[in-house]
Amino acid sequence: MVLGRTLAVALVGLTGHVVEVEAHLAPSLPAFTLVGLPDASLAEARDRVRAAVTSSGLAWPNRRITVNLSPATLAKSGSSFDLAVAVATLAGAELLEPAAAAGVVHIGELGLDGRVRPVRGVLPAVASAVAAGRPRVVVPHANAAEAALVPGARVAGVGSLAEVAARYGADVDVPDLELARLEAAPAAPASRVLDLGDVVGQSDARECLEVAAAGGHHLLMVGPPGTGKTMLAARLPGLLPDLDEADAVEVTAVHSVAGTFDPGGGLLRRPPFEDPHHTATPASVVGGGSGTPRPGAASRAHRGVLFLDEAPEFSTAVLQTLRQPLEHGELVLHRAHGTARYPARFQLVLAANPCPCGKAVGKGLECTCRSEQRRRYFGKLSGPLLDRVDLQVELQPARAGGAEGESTADVARRVAAARQAARERLAGTPWRTGAEVPGGWLRERLGPDASLLGDLDRALDRGTLSMRGVDRVLRVAWTLADLAGRDAPGRDDVGRALLLRTRGHGA
Amino acid sequence: MRAKDAVGRYGEDVAEKHVLAAGWQVLDRNWRCRDGEIDLVGLDGDELVVVEVKTRRSTAYGHPAEAVTRLKLARVRRLAAAWLAEHDVRPSSVRVDVIAVLLPRSGAPVVEHLVGVI
Repeated sequence: MVLGRTLAVALVGLTGHVVEVEAHLAPSLPAFTLVGLPDASLAEARDRVRAAVTSSGLAWPNRRITVNLSPATLAKSGSSFDLAVAVATLAGAELLEPAAAAGVVHIGELGLDGRVRPVRGVLPAVASAVAAGRPRVVVPHANAAEAALVPGARVAGVGSLAEVAARYGADVDVPDLELARLEAAPAAPASRVLDLGDVVGQSDARECLEVAAAGGHHLLMVGPPGTGKTMLAARLPGLLPDLDEADAVEVTAVHSVAGTFDPGGGLLRRPPFEDPHHTATPASVVGGGSGTPRPGAASRAHRGVLFLDEAPEFSTAVLQTLRQPLEHGELVLHRAHGTARYPARFQLVLAANPCPCGKAVGKGLECTCRSEQRRRYFGKLSGPLLDRVDLQVELQPARAGGAEGESTADVARRVAAARQAARERLAGTPWRTGAEVPGGWLRERLGPDASLLGDLDRALDRGTLSMRGVDRVLRVAWTLADLAGRDAPGRDDVGRALLLRTRGHGA
Repeated sequence: MRAKDAVGRYGEDVAEKHVLAAGWQVLDRNWRCRDGEIDLVGLDGDELVVVEVKTRRSTAYGHPAEAVTRLKLARVRRLAAAWLAEHDVRPSSVRVDVIAVLLPRSGAPVVEHLVGVI
């Protein structure tokens, strides 16, 4: 009775569990069973493994083979276990050195010709293997660069099963197979960073964008068509500073699981930008899919910008599902097979027309919408969601001869300085930008000037601000102070923050 | 057809020699009834063994043991009961074995004995 053992990783969300793959070969009628809660795509591994082993020039053991994926209670899915199943089987048949394969983590899908194909989620899988004290990993050649991003990992990239078997002393010729390449990552965002200088006029909105970038505040832009809402939103990521090391790993891990990551460029260091179309379903935005849910646009925008253009056109369900990540910075997706957690601390940018026809600006004389239509259009956004949006700005139709704006580089410099000031102030706390800080903490540090809160109290009494709104106005006020280089916000800052929040209606 | 039958016959002879060498007592060979045929019945100690012998000349169409399907085993099981009903043997237990015989073009036949497959 022989037992072959090796290791693999099961990913649930971004958390990986090291799985022991054991193969037991009994002298009985030839059979091949896979146990340990495999899903349909994993159960198919049996057929792939068998074909790959024979194509590699190795003899398929004519035994009753039982492969167990332990812990057997953890649901496993996907094709990334193929390589581990094959190695465990060959080790059990003593076609390769069982001791050599025992402590090594194997990740990869097998082709019928014995080629090792790339899989998704290699970065988080390798990271959790290393964290579990298993630094030796064998991954598909196309994923080797991605796996090597994990500090401390001892990565071997392989092209074929025969190559793996030969590493463990199997007597086999390594065929000269063409290496399986990563399926082309979806078209990378334009490499040229969009410049803020392209936007003509709109100085209010431009300033608002700067404040949003400096404090990480959510932003709503309302304006008639063609005033530059989309242009402005697309230029926000350019104003944000680079991601730090920990964030870069986290963001890259999400994109690796989502399959939208090109390992050639290393870790993702720029804040991501996601702009789902308004026909998007809740599952596509927050994540979903059969088996273990995959990350959606909100998670792919982690530490970056989630832009909802024509926000009132989105379905109510989509808008409401965003409330949880806005509050907690994380998405917890519950399914029958288990719970997946994906980070989703994004900066929300909403763009909307003032009414369905888009002409209700100024006195709104040209608007052809009925008042009930207008109310319903904006009603979708209002309430709990809009209460979480710190900055709201109305864009006016551009006039000819609008001033050429500052370039992205100039604004980004001020944003970086403001962020640095906020970081120094928040040193020793778990928060990084003004937008994350709880209100109580801000109020304590406001200083002795009680008149600062007076305006806010009046707005609260009048009903234009909620209690949460008061805290949020304070946060923006701090960001304004950081941008201006002041130590604490003055009355002007609070007044302007109130103006920015209420689109000028509540001051 | 005749060549195929001869191969099967020869494989069964090889299997019989194999079990005799293992110290079995062979009780019956090619026992037939309405439902089918048992290749070999033997006593391994006081355990009755019903053996299905499968012989092939190459593995081009798979290993001989792979050709023993679930359906075939179910039939052998039924036949074992039928054999016991007709014979006055009182074994302590009954099991079904498969003996796979591979007859290479040259050299000795390769016998693989799979014990207790049901």
